[in-house]
Amino acid sequence: MQAPPETNTLLATPLGGRLWRRKTVNWVMTGLIVAAFAIALIPLFSLLFEVAKRGIPGLSWEFFTSSPRGVIGGGGAAHAIVGTLVITAVTAAISVPIGIMAAIYLTEYGGKSRLRRVLTFFVDVMTGIPSIVAGLFAFALFAIFLGPGIRLGVMGSVALSVLMIPIVIRSSEEVLKIVPNHLREASYALGTPKWRTIVKVVLPTAFAGLVTGVMIAVARIVGETAPLLVTTGVVDSINSNPFEGRMQNLAVYAYSEYRTPGVMKQASYDRAWAAALTLIAIVMILNLAARFVYRHYRTEIR
Amino acid sequence: MQGAAGATRAEVEAVPSPLKTPATANGADAAPGPAQGGAKRIEAHDVDLFYGDFQAVAGVSVTIEPNKATALIGSSGCGKTTFLRALNRMHELTPGARVEGRITLDDQDIYAKGVDPVQVRRLVGMVFQAPNPFPTMSVYENVAAGLSLNGGRVKKAEKDEVVERSLRGAHLWNEVKDRLDKPGSGLSGGQQQRLCIARAIAVEPEVLLMDEPCSALDPVATLAIEDLIGELKNRYTIAIVTHNMQQAARASDVTAFFNLEETGKPGRLVEIGPTERIFTSPQEQATEDYVSGRFG
Repeated sequence: MQAPPETNTLLATPLGGRLWRRKTVNWVMTGLIVAAFAIALIPLFSLLFEVAKRGIPGLSWEFFTSSPRGVIGGGGAAHAIVGTLVITAVTAAISVPIGIMAAIYLTEYGGKSRLRRVLTFFVDVMTGIPSIVAGLFAFALFAIFLGPGIRLGVMGSVALSVLMIPIVIRSSEEVLKIVPNHLREASYALGTPKWRTIVKVVLPTAFAGLVTGVMIAVARIVGETAPLLVTTGVVDSINSNPFEGRMQNLAVYAYSEYRTPGVMKQASYDRAWAAALTLIAIVMILNLAARFVYRHYRTEIR
Repeated sequence: MQGAAGATRAEVEAVPSPLKTPATANGADAAPGPAQGGAKRIEAHDVDLFYGDFQAVAGVSVTIEPNKATALIGSSGCGKTTFLRALNRMHELTPGARVEGRITLDDQDIYAKGVDPVQVRRLVGMVFQAPNPFPTMSVYENVAAGLSLNGGRVKKAEKDEVVERSLRGAHLWNEVKDRLDKPGSGLSGGQQQRLCIARAIAVEPEVLLMDEPCSALDPVATLAIEDLIGELKNRYTIAIVTHNMQQAARASDVTAFFNLEETGKPGRLVEIGPTERIFTSPQEQATEDYVSGRFG
């Protein structure tokens, strides 16, 4: 029965001996993290600055209200803005119901079934599909029915839906998962059928998160270029009917203004930059709207 | 309301409790005073409950009498909450969970083929451990949730009446009558729990199950709920799971003690009887050890 030797680790080293070392490490690590953050922000700010600097000269009343005028150049991007809005709206109309319903299946009905695991796997794979592949898919699909070389606004929407659906499924699934189970149980205990519980309790509770997810998915696809190049084509006049004829959009417009400038090259380049700036503005507005909806409609979930 | 409650309590005491063993409770002469408000008797016959391969509860036979509060006590993990959830077919919502044996609601087997679990839950309401008002709904909508969640048009006037009656029944009306349109989650914990009780009784169930309804509440709010239980049993059959032995002693007429021999073994019903007897002269050693605070 030997008593343990007296050890006081505090006194074994001079008081504060380790403190200096720890403070230094803390200082260095903080510096590294701030530097990493700054490096991540540099390209973002540089890009925003450059687009704003070069885009603003191209912005004018004419840019927003008129379409291009023939080979001489001039005119604006009204046709592309209309096209972007129509294509995006149709894409959302296709993707949101499918995406949210698929997410409801995965969280509420899938359980641990094999189908659920298979679906989850393919959704993950789909989020990684190169966008041009989605474009070629829509191109080939419509070519079967309407003959090769067809160009329609709705083709672009189908192509973008292939990209958007997995994003909507993923974000909605995450949001539905955080709806606490005790709310579902409270509803069941009142003698409420499952589907009604989902419609009246689960979806309203998740509403803000679902909207945010959809807005971010829209922001993600609104600037797609490649799939639209092969599906909606390039055109110089306003077309608001997605089921008839070619349709311009901002990303493709910026691309074609740069690639095939008119007689006055600089004016074309200015319009390309202005189109890019408009696109960024649209994405920014969507993100702000998502934040607004989230702030005002979110449900406190405990 | 108070007068009526007093009278019924006297009646209940006048009827000798038939709950020595579940077997005698099944006899016709065991019927207590006239059931009020459509309260129904729940009987469990040799019920086994499983989560996948794990058996949580074994061989429970028990009768839960109408118009009485039956407390289920026992240490954590002894299966009392699991058993409670089997009584309104909530147990099966857990993936892999299953039920063996027979549970009847006034002699109707709630697990018979063709029985709609949704219908069972309409008749057997439940209040949960943590208050869980629907966060997207106002106080009013929370109480009316059972009505509107189940579809069918309910007239506004009728809804108003049900909401007021339920909130009064849950002793909450005076506190919330001026803020019915405010979110239900803005109330205090005790108020939220009474809101959940109002929500449960708004659909007029016949049985009310309570799963540790006071465990998240302070003593004052707890007392309010216990008073409420004393009143609610005039209309409903009440089964309440509690960890708090004082609460079982205060609020229940009948107490059932669950225990498990060791961890990993299923929980069993050790003893059931009038609350007073269980706490003063239990027949089983395990019950005595538990109620005297020697373990658990």
